[in-house]
Amino acid sequence: MSISDTAQRTIPNRLHSRGYRLIRSWEVLLLGVAIIIFFANTQASPYFLDPWNLSDASFNFTEKAMIAFAMALLIITGEIDLSVAGIIALSSTAMGYALQLGAGTPMLVLIGLSVGVLCGAFNGVLITKMGLPSIVVTIGTMSLFRGIAYIVLGDQAFNGYPSDFSVFGRGYAFGVITWEIVILIVLAIAFGVLLHLTNFGRKLYVIGNNPTAALFSGVKVQRTKMILFLLTGLMSGLAAVCLTSRLGSTRPSIALGWELEVVTMVVLGGISILGGSGTIVGVVIAALVMGMVTFGLGLLNVPGIVMSIFIGGLLIGVIALPRLIGLIAAQRKR
Amino acid sequence: MTLDNTKQPIAARGDTADLAPVLTLRGITKTFPGVRALGGVDLALYSGQVTALVGENGAGKSTLVKVLTGIYRPDAGDIVIDDTPTQFQTATDASDAGVTAIHQETVLFDDLTVAENIFLGHAPRTRWGLIDWGTMRTQATEILTRIGANLDPDATLRELGIANKHLVAIARALSVQARVVVMDEPTAALSRAEIEELYELVDRLKSEGKAILFISHKFDEIFRIADRYTVFRDGEMVGAGMIADITENKLVEMMVGRPVGQVFPTRSTNIGDEILRVVGYSHPTEFADINFGLRRGEILGFYGLVGAGRSEFMQALFGVTKPSKGAIKIDGKIAIIRSPNEAIEQGIVYVPEDRGKQGAIIDLPIFQNVTLPSLGRISGNGFLKMAEEFSLARKYTERLDLRAAALDQNVGNLSGGNQQKVVIAKWLATLPKVIILDEPTKGIDVGSKAAVHEFMAELANEGLSVIMVSSEIPEILGMSDRVIVMREGRIVDECDRKGLTPEKLVRAAAGYEESA
Amino acid sequence: MLKRLKSRETILLGAIIALIALVETRFSGFAAPGNLASIFNDTSILMILALGQMTVILTKCIDLSVASNLALTGMVVATINAAMPGMPVTVLILIAIALGMLMGAFNGVLVWLLDLPSIVVTLGTMTIYRGVIFLISDGAWINAHEMSDGFKALPRHVILGLPVLGWIAILVITLFVPLIMRTPMGRAFYAVGGNPHAAVYTGINVGRTRFNSFVLSGGLAGLCGYLWVSRYAVAYTDVAGGFELDVVAACVIGGISIAGGIGSVGGAVLGALFLGVIKNALPVAGISPFWQLAISGAAIIIAVAFNAQSERTKGRVILKSAEATS
Repeated sequence: MSISDTAQRTIPNRLHSRGYRLIRSWEVLLLGVAIIIFFANTQASPYFLDPWNLSDASFNFTEKAMIAFAMALLIITGEIDLSVAGIIALSSTAMGYALQLGAGTPMLVLIGLSVGVLCGAFNGVLITKMGLPSIVVTIGTMSLFRGIAYIVLGDQAFNGYPSDFSVFGRGYAFGVITWEIVILIVLAIAFGVLLHLTNFGRKLYVIGNNPTAALFSGVKVQRTKMILFLLTGLMSGLAAVCLTSRLGSTRPSIALGWELEVVTMVVLGGISILGGSGTIVGVVIAALVMGMVTFGLGLLNVPGIVMSIFIGGLLIGVIALPRLIGLIAAQRKR
Repeated sequence: MTLDNTKQPIAARGDTADLAPVLTLRGITKTFPGVRALGGVDLALYSGQVTALVGENGAGKSTLVKVLTGIYRPDAGDIVIDDTPTQFQTATDASDAGVTAIHQETVLFDDLTVAENIFLGHAPRTRWGLIDWGTMRTQATEILTRIGANLDPDATLRELGIANKHLVAIARALSVQARVVVMDEPTAALSRAEIEELYELVDRLKSEGKAILFISHKFDEIFRIADRYTVFRDGEMVGAGMIADITENKLVEMMVGRPVGQVFPTRSTNIGDEILRVVGYSHPTEFADINFGLRRGEILGFYGLVGAGRSEFMQALFGVTKPSKGAIKIDGKIAIIRSPNEAIEQGIVYVPEDRGKQGAIIDLPIFQNVTLPSLGRISGNGFLKMAEEFSLARKYTERLDLRAAALDQNVGNLSGGNQQKVVIAKWLATLPKVIILDEPTKGIDVGSKAAVHEFMAELANEGLSVIMVSSEIPEILGMSDRVIVMREGRIVDECDRKGLTPEKLVRAAAGYEESA
Repeated sequence: MLKRLKSRETILLGAIIALIALVETRFSGFAAPGNLASIFNDTSILMILALGQMTVILTKCIDLSVASNLALTGMVVATINAAMPGMPVTVLILIAIALGMLMGAFNGVLVWLLDLPSIVVTLGTMTIYRGVIFLISDGAWINAHEMSDGFKALPRHVILGLPVLGWIAILVITLFVPLIMRTPMGRAFYAVGGNPHAAVYTGINVGRTRFNSFVLSGGLAGLCGYLWVSRYAVAYTDVAGGFELDVVAACVIGGISIAGGIGSVGGAVLGALFLGVIKNALPVAGISPFWQLAISGAAIIIAVAFNAQSERTKGRVILKSAEATS
């Protein structure tokens, strides 16, 4: 580094072209996987390509993907919310309770969403105001929220949701396209824009990469995280509305274990569990991959619990593989 | 730099030309991604002698210590002990081979007791192979008494102050049956009296026949206790010999690689009105009653020992921590700063000492680092405008003559000096009134250092007010218009550039009596 | 610190005694020695698992796969027992421990050699291990009549008023104290969690230490696998479903810092007992068992808030006057 060389140079904006960066991205790799699974499925079962079957199968990932978008933002900032399934249980229970008191569909939706936001606020206050670790807090609230649902319901269930309430989970917007898919597409675009094109989104990466430096650069770290916990609560509330509408009943065990599938979806989508990187496109593709795998295995009559082995293996596999390759490459070099 | 060098070393310097070294390093090379920290250095340590290792920050001294203690494995080169080449795979290998170290950073455990901190990894055992806590306590007390530290072996480290933690680190190094003791800036956080005790300890270790590698920035102590010297510059060994055969000026010249005295830029001293006034800033544990003013176009140096509370105060001024009392006036108006965000709005920005942790976001590209605090200016309705973002980033990085392949390169791939330029560019883009530079040239190479100094002078000439925290006396003397000295969280001295001597600074910072 | 830990344990012990006393005043007989022994016995498995979990949490990791590990080993030994009733119970116990250690080692290797975050690894293995139970059992239950008498009798055999299950917990606790306090491995757990960077300087291999903790936690989960299926005389896919949360809760309540490096054997045991007393007090007090989940959740949150309060890092002490008073 010589200072005598004072000739001003121009630093180019980008080192590599857009195409080069695209080809090397996780998302393109994942898209390849998705395409392979798609064709494997078409070969494995003749029922796979039926549009009504596909539309029906979309339910196994749409509600989870709604939460996964918000969870992705949270994980990018280095936090996590394991209470999302608990929030669904509590939110659904609150809707069922309101139903008993005679609430109509608009009121039910409002209550479902508000309870989600309140639960998110509860997590957010404990984590951002009191400085508690999100993983333990949300393990606690995961039990607490679902626990309240159990206290209210015991081994009972709320049934008899009004017929116009069922539109969220069972209604079709156009032809075979369900309202849930429409909601999901709108959310995917909204979250993609928020994360990749705004100030707010940029700050999430900064916080996830280095929260101290973010603070030292004037980013309101705790406030940003608080907003994300609220958003995750809201999305869980929305998922609760859709799921309750689809099932037409509320049991305290509703959406049990979903937190794992949501986190798997996010991590599979290329969001680093350590924070700081990943895209919404990746999460969308990951949702499709998981949906197709579940649907395909279902067509082959593989039981649900065995599919969970697959999901668990996928979760470990996608994070282990890059490290393993890196490790082997490093060994080679030596 | 003419420090008092009349004190005679306590142990006589024997003629050791025919003595075989206890430990020799031959051609040690260590490379990190993008940086060659050590480029084939040699070093020999002799029984009963103190070898001083001198060099600027970033010369490779700390890397060498880590190689010697088994933390890093060198890419090439040999560690030879008693004519046998060995390899240290882990820290345990090094301590088994009789090499022990007092590290610069406290590598201790806050929630373990003093005794366990001293003996972790080599604790005395009962005949059942279990850790013998009773013996451990007794031995810990013995070692602590030996170094004159009156500490409860059952106290947890968290309860101790910095100086006492350092004594525990020294005790830990002495708890191993060692032939080679490495001391990495052991006096940096110690008081005058504690330093004297440390010197006595070094003399005792010498008389016990231990070989000592002593790393220090303080020339008075090098000439006081060392027998030999080795100079590193930019990862290379540039000189070695007997202390008796060299002068301080020669050492400094070897260190910086050019004659001393022309290192710093000259600049017009065109200082304007007062822009910042701090009144009675205090914190419960970190600093108390800080009062000073800063004028437009002025460079105000803050000198002190490591741990004097300078960075802590600066971070409070920048809104990271909250003061318990005190007030700030900017341009004569009271300003309330409760967060960095508010500090930036008020025109105060801070380039932190810990660049990797607090300054740069190394896994994000250069342009995103530079525009981070200015995002509001390059966006409309919260949406980023990429073209404006790149042009803002380009404007300031090119002004600082940043060397990078592209603006979307991750900051982590740049050299230390260029990373620092990115952090400074980030703040200049916010158009600040006051820039606080905390150890701005720590850990960067000599060339970049001069560039940073030149740039700092240029900024001040343009009317920006600069607060520079530095522990390097030449930098303080060369750059500051005025110097404030802090000790134990308080301002102890404030003086003009003129008439300032290194001795005066050191005395004020360490709290020596004038007559000492 | 030692003083503070001691006081944390004292507070917890006080809370447990107060809770027992409170229930006793309303429902006489709750504090009778026989009932207390039965509460202790009931909590044995939780205590053993909490001790294993403690070593993992001390190293700044978490093991969410313990309950699935327990269920899988339980199913395996129950299947072996049903197929070969002649095989001695001690051999089955050794098989259970070995299998548990193997599953722990799988977690540990991923955390150690691939440097993967433990929460993701154990979330994954939690479902995988659980799914494997279904694969080997084909979803079927193994009921009491398929198990040999010796297999079922061991944990229920009463010695000096306490069933063997309780004695096994006491044995594990007794072995754990020297293991944690007086072996290099035990101290390494603290060092690695307290300051991983400094641990390297003392020659401790951080990844390997974490591996050890996962193997230990897995081995204890394996032991508990046998204890659970033999005590309740049934094995099926959903055995101990969600129990990993109770284990983490016991640790957090016991003052083991999720940030690593802080915690004690006494804390883990008392944390488990606290939950055990609540669980046993609910039916006595006529409260629906459906309350239990919410109470554990609330207990975790309160405990973690409490821990954070006592661990809050103070600023650097620079001022002489502040140092004197702190």
